[in-house]
Amino acid sequence: MKTHLLTMTAGAALLASIAHADEVRVYNWSDYIDEELLTKFEEETGIDLIYDVFDSNELLETKMLAGGSGYDVVVPTGTFLQRQIQAGAFQKLDESKLPNLDNMWEAIEERTEQYDPGNEYSINYMWGTTGIGVNVNKVKEVLGEDAPISSLELVFNPENMEKLSECGVHFLDAPTEMIPAALTYAGMDPDLKDEEALAKAEEVLSAVRPYVQKFHSSEYINALANGDICVAFGWSGDILQARDRAAEADNGVEVAYNAPTEGALMWFDQMAIPVDAPNPDAAHTFLNFIMDAENMAAASNYVYYANGNKASQEFLIDDVINDTAIYPDESTLENLYTVTPFPPREQRNLTRMWTSVKSGT
Amino acid sequence: MRRFLLIAVPYLWLVALFLIPFLIVLKISLSDIALARPPYMPQLDLSAGWEGIRSFFAALDFENFRFLTTDDLYWKAYLSSLQIALISTLLTLLVGYPIAYAMARSAPEWRPTLLMLVILPFWTSFLIRVYAWMGILANEGLLNQFLLWLGVINEPLTILNTNTAVYIGIVYTYLPFMILPIYSALERMDDSLLEAAEDLGCSRMSAFWLVTIPLSKNGIIAGCFLVFIPVIGEFVIPSLLGGSGTLMIGKVLWEEFFSNRDWPVASAVAVILLLILVIPIILFQRNEQKQREAEG
Repeated sequence: MKTHLLTMTAGAALLASIAHADEVRVYNWSDYIDEELLTKFEEETGIDLIYDVFDSNELLETKMLAGGSGYDVVVPTGTFLQRQIQAGAFQKLDESKLPNLDNMWEAIEERTEQYDPGNEYSINYMWGTTGIGVNVNKVKEVLGEDAPISSLELVFNPENMEKLSECGVHFLDAPTEMIPAALTYAGMDPDLKDEEALAKAEEVLSAVRPYVQKFHSSEYINALANGDICVAFGWSGDILQARDRAAEADNGVEVAYNAPTEGALMWFDQMAIPVDAPNPDAAHTFLNFIMDAENMAAASNYVYYANGNKASQEFLIDDVINDTAIYPDESTLENLYTVTPFPPREQRNLTRMWTSVKSGT
Repeated sequence: MRRFLLIAVPYLWLVALFLIPFLIVLKISLSDIALARPPYMPQLDLSAGWEGIRSFFAALDFENFRFLTTDDLYWKAYLSSLQIALISTLLTLLVGYPIAYAMARSAPEWRPTLLMLVILPFWTSFLIRVYAWMGILANEGLLNQFLLWLGVINEPLTILNTNTAVYIGIVYTYLPFMILPIYSALERMDDSLLEAAEDLGCSRMSAFWLVTIPLSKNGIIAGCFLVFIPVIGEFVIPSLLGGSGTLMIGKVLWEEFFSNRDWPVASAVAVILLLILVIPIILFQRNEQKQREAEG
């Protein structure tokens, strides 16, 4: 009986290791891929794909720093990636396993180098801007025809916000996105991190906080699409997805996205492989699959974000490649800025300030 | 020997599931933040032998606890959590007691069914039920549409993302924990006591206050603790239903841990939360013990 049990255990262990070899676990942002791609990946490679989602960089970062997350591919934003690389959370990519690297777009690679020098640890998945989504009709109803829907005036001027609070405003619950915007509104360098700059940003944010219904980083997609709220300060593609969902539901809600004319934050979501990934080979296979021009185009066509893949551009639908909210034209591109990560001390000031903005304490 | 083994089982349970995790958290609360994996120092280096252990303990200090006193955010969050827990315990009692009373007064053949109905919500995931409340309470949600249709209100009420929504969520979620102990106390009550009270000239109302309530006291106390203790540390309900103004220690803890990546301070917050909870837990234990003695 005992030997029998032993064989069984050994058999189970063997089975587990076989299953393990054919499995890749991906941890990506919510609403961030065309799910048909996931099935396609499994069919093409025979690798089982386990796909989980998150909606905040902080959540991902905690998993990365704790270690043993069990994921093979994760998708942090540039500033977070940089810090996690320093903490030793990722492994260098094996370029020999990534022939599709040739498809990548130099213009984007140059920008992501500031987070990942030499792009040794990561590839760009999507990039976009942080800006203003509006329910056009409701906002015009409240503020009149000439409502400043593409200006930070809309969300940081208390007079406008007081009126908008009737129909509901959501802000991202991400201080690293909101503070640069507040600093831009105050006419300061969005990358400032000293206490004086934070105090200024707090002043701007606190003045409008009473009119913000919620700080949340994913609920606004549905809320905007359903007409529950009329303004969201959020990520470009998420708002464009809300626009699409509203159009599909044909509920009379017309959503529009604008990168603020005063300047908008440009961010990069990078795919990387954790240092303790159980199956780095399969992870490379997944990255290479994603970098395939047609696959990457399918993802962008679905989520309405620009990608860092030059070769994919010929497969993009007009709605995506010709929309300056997604692929900005030269003049908008000049208005975009990037920021660097917060060091621990400044991070604490930032979070504390964010808590006091949100709770009034 | 057998007796010893019997006692050892719950104690092993306590050591494995409470004491060891607590010691780990306590250790982290005495460490310092670092940009590493895991993000705190010092790490215990057993390969360095005795020297390693010594330098490990030398690096621990109470700095994080001192830090908690420098910022009024923390005690405000503890107080606000206590307040929310107190109010929602009271509300749950007000809603739960009549339900438990009605159940205990119903015909005996109905009781198992009613009991089943109270427990039934547990068959659905807690998270999904809280999400359902978001759909009910939203501005364009079921409740507002219903009230608008009735003509009771002209403008949708903003309930979601306010403290009201948090109270609704907590009362809804914790109601069974209040009902069950009160029900079991009331069910055991001898009806002839009420008859005796009425025979002796008590009105039905005063019989309720003088007989029923005192006899269900233990059920009320047990129910209140079962609600109060977990609500203080509640995180899911305030973060889903609450608004930006809802300050609770569970959320502060989340922020220390996730936003600041400051595991040491987050651990210090957790240790203090535990110390705060120890008082009601001890009171609860005492009450249970008294009850057992009274019955024994």
